[in-house]
Amino acid sequence: MTMRPRYRTALFLAPAGAWFLAMLVLPLLVVIVYSFGERGPAGGYAPAFTLDNYLNLGSRWTAFRNTLTMAPLGTLACLVIAYPLAWFLAMRADARWRTLLLVLVIVPFWTSILIRSYAWIFLLGGQGIPSLLNALGLGNPRLINTPFAVLVGIVYGYLPLMVFPIYVSLERLDKRLLEAADDLGSPPMRRFLQIALPLSMPGVATGCMLVFILLMGEFLIPAMLGGGKVFFVGNALVDLFLQSRNWAFGSAVAAALVLVMLITVTAYMRFTRRWAGGRDDVALM
Amino acid sequence: METPQTQPIAELRDASKHYGAVVAAEGLNLAIQRGEFLSFLGPSGCGKTTALRMLAGFETPTRGDVLLDGQRVNDLPPHRRPVNMVFQHYALFPHMTVADNIAYGLRQRRPRPPEAEVAAAVERALERVRLPGYGPRRIWEMSGGQQQRVALARALINQPKILLLDEPMAALDKNLRRDMQIELQTLQRSLGITFVLVTHDQEEALSMSDRICIMRGGRIVQVGSPRDLYDRPVNRYVADFVGKSNFFDGRVSRVGGGAGALTAAGGITFAGPVSCTRGVTEGAAATASLRPEDIALRRRLAPAAGETGVPVQVRTRIFLGEHTEYLVAHPDLGDFLILASRQAEAAEGSFGPGDTGFAAWRDGAARILDND
Ligand SMILES: Nc1ncnc2c1ncn2[C@@H]1O[C@H](COP(=O)(O)OP(=O)(O)OP(=O)(O)O)[C@@H](O)[C@H]1O
Ligand SMILES: [Mg+2]
Repeated sequence: MTMRPRYRTALFLAPAGAWFLAMLVLPLLVVIVYSFGERGPAGGYAPAFTLDNYLNLGSRWTAFRNTLTMAPLGTLACLVIAYPLAWFLAMRADARWRTLLLVLVIVPFWTSILIRSYAWIFLLGGQGIPSLLNALGLGNPRLINTPFAVLVGIVYGYLPLMVFPIYVSLERLDKRLLEAADDLGSPPMRRFLQIALPLSMPGVATGCMLVFILLMGEFLIPAMLGGGKVFFVGNALVDLFLQSRNWAFGSAVAAALVLVMLITVTAYMRFTRRWAGGRDDVALM
Repeated sequence: METPQTQPIAELRDASKHYGAVVAAEGLNLAIQRGEFLSFLGPSGCGKTTALRMLAGFETPTRGDVLLDGQRVNDLPPHRRPVNMVFQHYALFPHMTVADNIAYGLRQRRPRPPEAEVAAAVERALERVRLPGYGPRRIWEMSGGQQQRVALARALINQPKILLLDEPMAALDKNLRRDMQIELQTLQRSLGITFVLVTHDQEEALSMSDRICIMRGGRIVQVGSPRDLYDRPVNRYVADFVGKSNFFDGRVSRVGGGAGALTAAGGITFAGPVSCTRGVTEGAAATASLRPEDIALRRRLAPAAGETGVPVQVRTRIFLGEHTEYLVAHPDLGDFLILASRQAEAAEGSFGPGDTGFAAWRDGAARILDND
């Protein structure tokens, strides 16, 4: 039996397409429709067509501002810590230990984020690191419920997502290119900046995008380690949908968040296209 | 004190490289002369690349020294050594254009040369490797042969004291390889730069090199000009590697004054110069090497003085144009090759499979060698 390739492709894509439609496109449409509606008398949603929800977005400005500062900051912190780690794993670590070390990077994922965040609440709370610093005579800083605590939680939770793509791109990097640069008179730091870094940019971009997008929707870490003081858009959504039950306004906030993400992803695509300007298989030839 | 003219441009002094228990190179002693074309020749895993990488600086010898221009450079990293390398798979930078690849070495210099100068040098380098105008291309837009010429230009633009080439032609097809060999030789002659080539292709080494360094199991077996190696191999291994030869194992029956004789199966004697590296005594096991072109195939045995002849039967005849190669069988010596010239063929007439005749060689035509 022969099937035209076009139909065969369609058949292969059908499950993913159905999932995409049911779980992403339809809910998104619902959110958009709701965002133009009103809060029902007993909460929830009442049909209407008004722009009030969007005009009112300014009242949640703090949440947007926190998200839009902490997400890039968290991404940057992850990058700064992940790159050297990925470098070590890909370039320096003994091949025999490499797998074990990679597993260790993801081990924290084996316990629930909730439990891990509780651990941090304790560590950063009055009985934890501050009291240790106090005992050493280094003052008694307040750590928990600060942006710093949220940042620590973010780095802790998201590091593996940054490490892996960078590790893969460094692992794939043909080490002979670094030898060639060395041979041509390039000292170590320049070799890194001129050869290794540009060629690992796709991994960096992927890692940053993964972390950034997920951070934009984060609510658990700010809720637990920020103590309501470092409020993300995600926390605003939890509040609007579950506490004040203003689904229409919540939908407008959600739609605005999606828009911001779309803009970021577009910028990302532009950026990676510039780096991966062509085929990437040449290095391995 | 050596004068700069006779001082080798590079030297390995008892250089060894061990990787844990693996001995990659052991006690290498070699002086590379200014302006020569030297090849490392040997089978896979014999340590050729290791020797080259010690010269480039990628490997530090476990024991012994590496000298460049009389200076010990064991601890000098590659980027501070005045040598450049053409890598086996070229290792061109995929994120740069052809021109940027070639300019890379010049741009690493401090103070950095002006861009106009760099651009001019790149253009000259591209012309030298017959790729004018290819500068703006991306690496993946170049064929394998072109990529190799880019790699060559990228190394040569730095005017290295030595150009190291690790099997640069291995990835090219036969015709392209031949062209590249000629091109490389021409470049080397015109630039006067010392070339050190690694290859496991004996024809390549023989046709290109001033001197060949034959390696086995991490050690240097013999160093010499192609003719030296062909005429005076030190052992069976070298004789086998450089050109074709017949080997007859036996015992040394006479030795003295650099010459000797070996008695092989059936009491047949081979006489000739002795070039064993070990001390040989009468009765020692050795091998006699007799080149196919030094044996004549005759209808009748003319008992000329100073000649040995044995009856043989022709197995196969291969016409090679200028020569004809016969594989012949002898009851005691086994099968061996005879290469008959056109004149010999004309004088004796050609032999067919199954024909019988006599194989004859001049006494002294054989060489007595170590049998390893
Ligand atoms: N980094 C290393 N670690 C362990 N052993 C090595 C290493 N590099 C080389 N060797 C070993 O040293 C020996 C010599 O290697 P080398 O690469 O010099 O051989 P070669 O003559 O260049 O062979 P080929 O023709 O296959 O390239 C081999 O047995 C190889 O397995
Ligand atoms: Mg090699």
